Amino acid sequence: MEQLAAVLIDGIIYSAWLFVAAVGLTLIYGVMKIVNVTHGSFYALGAYAAASITGWALRSGMPEGLSYAVLLGAALLVALVVAPLIERGILRFMYAKDEVVILLITYALFLVLEDVIKLIWGVSPLFIAEPYGLLGSFDVLDLTYPYYNLILVGVAVVSGAGLAWLLGYTRTGKLLVAVIHDTEVSRAMGINVERMYLVTFTFGSLLAAIGGAFTAPTVSVVPGLGIEVIVLSFAVVVIGGLGSLPGAALGALIVGLVRSATVHYLPQAELFVIYFVMAMVLAFRPRGLFSLAEARKI
Amino acid sequence: MQSMKRIAAAVAVAALVPAFAVADEAPIKVGVVSFLSGAAAGPFGVPARNGAEIMFEMLNGGKVPAPYASVGFGGAKLQMNLVDENGGTTVQVTEFRNMVQRDNVDLIIGYISSGSCLGIAPVAEELKKLTVFFDCGTPRIFEEKSYKYVFRTASTATMDSVGAALYVKDLRKGKIKSIAGINQNYAWGQDSWGDFELSMQKLVPGVKSATSQMPKLFAGQYNAEISTILGAKADVVHSSFWDGDLEAFILQAGPRGLFKRSTVILTTGETAMYKLADRIPDGVVIGARGPYGPYAPNNELNKWFSKTFEDRYGVPPNYAAYQMAQAILGTKAAWEKAQAANGGKRPSQDQVIAAFERLSFESPAGKVDMAIGAGHQAITETAYGVTKKVKGKMTVANVKRYPAEMVNPPDGVKAADWINNGFKK
Repeated sequence: MEQLAAVLIDGIIYSAWLFVAAVGLTLIYGVMKIVNVTHGSFYALGAYAAASITGWALRSGMPEGLSYAVLLGAALLVALVVAPLIERGILRFMYAKDEVVILLITYALFLVLEDVIKLIWGVSPLFIAEPYGLLGSFDVLDLTYPYYNLILVGVAVVSGAGLAWLLGYTRTGKLLVAVIHDTEVSRAMGINVERMYLVTFTFGSLLAAIGGAFTAPTVSVVPGLGIEVIVLSFAVVVIGGLGSLPGAALGALIVGLVRSATVHYLPQAELFVIYFVMAMVLAFRPRGLFSLAEARKI
Repeated sequence: MQSMKRIAAAVAVAALVPAFAVADEAPIKVGVVSFLSGAAAGPFGVPARNGAEIMFEMLNGGKVPAPYASVGFGGAKLQMNLVDENGGTTVQVTEFRNMVQRDNVDLIIGYISSGSCLGIAPVAEELKKLTVFFDCGTPRIFEEKSYKYVFRTASTATMDSVGAALYVKDLRKGKIKSIAGINQNYAWGQDSWGDFELSMQKLVPGVKSATSQMPKLFAGQYNAEISTILGAKADVVHSSFWDGDLEAFILQAGPRGLFKRSTVILTTGETAMYKLADRIPDGVVIGARGPYGPYAPNNELNKWFSKTFEDRYGVPPNYAAYQMAQAILGTKAAWEKAQAANGGKRPSQDQVIAAFERLSFESPAGKVDMAIGAGHQAITETAYGVTKKVKGKMTVANVKRYPAEMVNPPDGVKAADWINNGFKK
């Protein structure tokens, strides 16, 4: 019983982390048709900004309770400054190119941003552990969990629900859905597609930065932080179907629960289980669980 | 007038000849490989690089205390060719070939990851280039094959695991019913846990292995693993985690009460104990992969090395820095022994290799014996202790030292066989 409860709780916590990290990736692909490797850089930048700004604020006497707001602020700062710079400065000149070329460009940007991180922060690890233990812990049967894990789950729920509301119930969201379905017709109907791209890239990158910022208190913030995340995020969105919000949610949940169950019951299989699940899903549904039907244009 | 010019030129040439003879030809090009990027750079790669920087500079200036006071290696200055270890084994093999075939280095000192060492050893042999591993721990390198061109000046993971088992048995006065492990899923983690588990079974008959968690390298998220270990209620938890994984594990395990519930052993904990002093409670067993850092002896070399390092970088050297210094000094000792045997002339690579085999040399961490692996693998003493805050400052207490022969297998015997046979000599 205790082990089953632990599988569920650990699985949900891991799923929440994965979802926040991956949902922006699927949004950007859905709207812009870009497989965006720089997503991992925004995760890392969010973590670095959160660790250094929150650390500085706490040393300057800020009440510890405000650190959660600072984590969010750091993610906003990263996304609002860096994302428009990359989208307007580089990516917009590449939209006419093949998807594979854009993938390579975002990979090149990922490598550049890794070096930028090293130039700014060096290679020594940063720690901002205070927010993790600040709220105390709760017990489930005989296991202790910090309340901070619930914040991660909350961030995932708010991100997912907020995005669903944005896409389904706001004017901007409906315009985005139109762009997702057909960029050319949307442009012909007068939608400012370029602006939609900017908004999408910034918002998607914000979600990655939030993921990094709220993970920072639980890890050592070091160079290379974004690499593991981008690989896992791709697995999640591929399982769910590239560009699908419910797909990302289900993909994260499947990966989280399967990994957790494996760690508890068959730890020697942990190394490959995520990719095994991905392979199985793709074997039966090559475009993922929630792939969108595409209209043939001719 | 013309003859005066000729005489002046002849005098100038004559003045230069002894100068060249004293400078002893070209500098020795040494490839140095360490993590300069990636998760291992901060806690391991950069301190090791810093250790190399200091040693090269001080050796070239003749400022290292005895017995290493001579300039460079045998009077020839050292030139560093620094390479990043990040990027995986395939990249490292390419970089190694580049150093040997393109950059024409004379020898290579490097490698932190056991994966790198396992990949590089056969290539060093193929390219016939003297290669000194300074840190990587897997015992498989000299157990599975013998190498002519490869040396390792630090002890293997066997020493860490056997030392940890001996220490924790003493600490808990033998009252251990079950053990658990969380180690990275590659050579280092697997070998560390294998040797520790086997040692515990020999030292505490009847002990059970409650769980062995093997997350992938750089996984970063360990909630499920920690839950499994907590649920297993093991008396002792062993981890050979290193780099950012070690730090993330400490950050995540602390608030979940793992350090209070079990006796936790961190065999590489020394690299994180000062940075995360406020996150590690008293009583956690800390290793430093040998007599390094807080376990280093109070000898002149150590006083000089730790002071020089701290004066330059503002932090004390950790074990990665010590091991790099140890590898450089070991190579210097072998080079100069070979040079002396060669009548004071620059030795050939084969002469250096012959001198290196079964060499004993002094380092800031005390005596190092190239005693096993047919004389290519070092053994040293080791030490363990538990964390204890003294006036808010992190220290180690209850330190116990284990002689090299007690925690390392004899030459020619595999670690697992030695442990299985009850550590017989």
